[in-house]
Amino acid sequence: MTRTVLVTGVSRHIGARVAGVLAADPEIDRVIGVDTVAPPSVATDDGVPLGRTEFVRVDLRSPDIAQVISSADIDTVVHMSLVSAPRKSGGRVDMKEHNVIGAMQLLAACQRSATVRKVVVRSTTAVYGCTPRDPAVFTETIEPHEVPAHGYAKDAFEVEGYVRGFARRRADVDVSLLRFANFIGPGVDSPLTRYFTQPVLPTVLGFDPRLQFVHEDDAVEVLRRMAVEEHPGTFNVAGDGVLLLSQCVRRAGRAAVPLPTPAFNLLGEAARRAGLADFSSEQLRLLSYGRAVDTSALSAELGWRPKYSTAAAFDDFIRNRGMTGNVALGLVDRLAGLLGAGR
Amino acid sequence: MSETADARVIPIDAARRGDHRAEPPRDDDVLDRRIAEVLAFLRRRISGEYEVDEFGYDPELNDKVLLELIRPLYRHWFRVDTLGMPNVPAEGGALVVANHSGTLPVDGMMLQVALHDDHPARRPVRLLGADLVYQLPVIGHLARKTGHTLACPEDADRLLRKGELVGVFPEGFKGVGKPFSERYRLQRFGRGGFVASAIRAGVPIIPCAIVGAEEIYPKIGDLRLLARLLGFPYFPITPLFPWLGPLGLIPLPSKWLIEFGEPIRTDDLDPSAADDPMLVFNLTDQVRENIQHRLNELRLRRGPAFPFLPI
Repeated sequence: MTRTVLVTGVSRHIGARVAGVLAADPEIDRVIGVDTVAPPSVATDDGVPLGRTEFVRVDLRSPDIAQVISSADIDTVVHMSLVSAPRKSGGRVDMKEHNVIGAMQLLAACQRSATVRKVVVRSTTAVYGCTPRDPAVFTETIEPHEVPAHGYAKDAFEVEGYVRGFARRRADVDVSLLRFANFIGPGVDSPLTRYFTQPVLPTVLGFDPRLQFVHEDDAVEVLRRMAVEEHPGTFNVAGDGVLLLSQCVRRAGRAAVPLPTPAFNLLGEAARRAGLADFSSEQLRLLSYGRAVDTSALSAELGWRPKYSTAAAFDDFIRNRGMTGNVALGLVDRLAGLLGAGR
Repeated sequence: MSETADARVIPIDAARRGDHRAEPPRDDDVLDRRIAEVLAFLRRRISGEYEVDEFGYDPELNDKVLLELIRPLYRHWFRVDTLGMPNVPAEGGALVVANHSGTLPVDGMMLQVALHDDHPARRPVRLLGADLVYQLPVIGHLARKTGHTLACPEDADRLLRKGELVGVFPEGFKGVGKPFSERYRLQRFGRGGFVASAIRAGVPIIPCAIVGAEEIYPKIGDLRLLARLLGFPYFPITPLFPWLGPLGLIPLPSKWLIEFGEPIRTDDLDPSAADDPMLVFNLTDQVRENIQHRLNELRLRRGPAFPFLPI
């Protein structure tokens, strides 16, 4: 059987890596990668090798994607194109259109297609929202207390609605919906990784949220297995365990500056306007209340556990960014040395 | 783990009980070890190399810092005595159901110290708290770090399935915020959600009576308007608060007793019984009566709340 896989969002890091590993799989005949912009060059811009992936430049918001799907006899669609933060040029409206209208066009094309057998959609654990009235750990069946009303989380929530509608109408197609915790790793560039690389980290006074990360290697492996094997359903994907924000700050050897909530919100808004950091309001909520998800459904389905726990994934990230050198830790070690020498 | 067990016994408890005299270790060695432990502790804390569970529970911070801070209140201020501790299983899931009182939830903290210090297995109790707790800065994350979480069926089920000792105050705000005139009268027990959770997990329910918390902040009035303005369920007036300002927040040193009753088994019920409202209501009532009886007896047994006062 010939297999042709379509991967959307290949100009971004994880999408490119997924296309790369699928292209390296001899069982798969063709990998077609699409995105609105061309992928960064491997030689000059730290791009990821895409192997024999054929790149097609398509704006997902246009019906052109339907032509790609029908002309190439696509049987598996891996939809990675979910933008977590507005691009500098486009703004929020552009981002929403890209995320929601893009997914609608893609799913509409899949519904018409006679060849598509499997659809894998990247979503996010942000769909669970973030309030102090939520349970500590979300399983896939827990309904969010408050439906996300802003930004990325709202887009993902709406996309999930369309995916469920598609799954109902095309019951013959396997649909895998993956809710990823925040990606982290050497190559990931997200609002959260940019946050942690700042020299001084503003935090919310009196709050210490639980955070979860998924290492990019594990994310790619999950997406690969979802694309080549049959695992329909909705699954949370996160590294085992949690890290508190205070632990992350200490591990990264950074200094935290706790600000009262209103000041933190103002700063986030100002930084966003100035283009320094793109912190949406739901990210600010995450840094207040935190969130953790249960991943036992995924482990049971795949018979597999992520290689990196949340803590190991974060450590790999800070090692690769060269974020070492904790001043306070140095002091303790010197004190220990002095006391040891004095005896 | 063995390292932390050592750290706990040597300096603090030995000094308090003085029961290490039989074989006195050399002072130098003790000091060296103590310094090494403190440095190792500091190093772990500063580098962030410690474990926190998925609910945000930080056992090291809880045992070595937070419990140390409230222990003097437990031992010397309220002089808490515990009874029936063998009724609390040494391992596996169990649900402790207690009465709630005292205007501020100090009884939760004392219950935590009781099960940690006076139970042979030093069990951490995972209390289920109101959502208001998790909205407040500082309080919310300290509650999580000491092992507590939000009172919702998802969290309760998850903790019980993991074999944790879970504690609930089913009266909620109705109990903790009731006027002094209604002391030791149990309020309505919510909707019985805690019983359903225990049945689903097949764990025993351990009725618990706490005597003494009622007298720490006798609530003789309530500024409803101010409470509504601040988003709190009540704004108490006590004989000392708000008249004395922050000094009014010092709890009165009442004598406390905490008693754990015989476990009420639920493992003989089918987990689907959790969906039978009549059964759940009946079991809820049974637990409530049990605690009310125990409270009445325990109150008589204790006698006056302030034995050194003539009132």
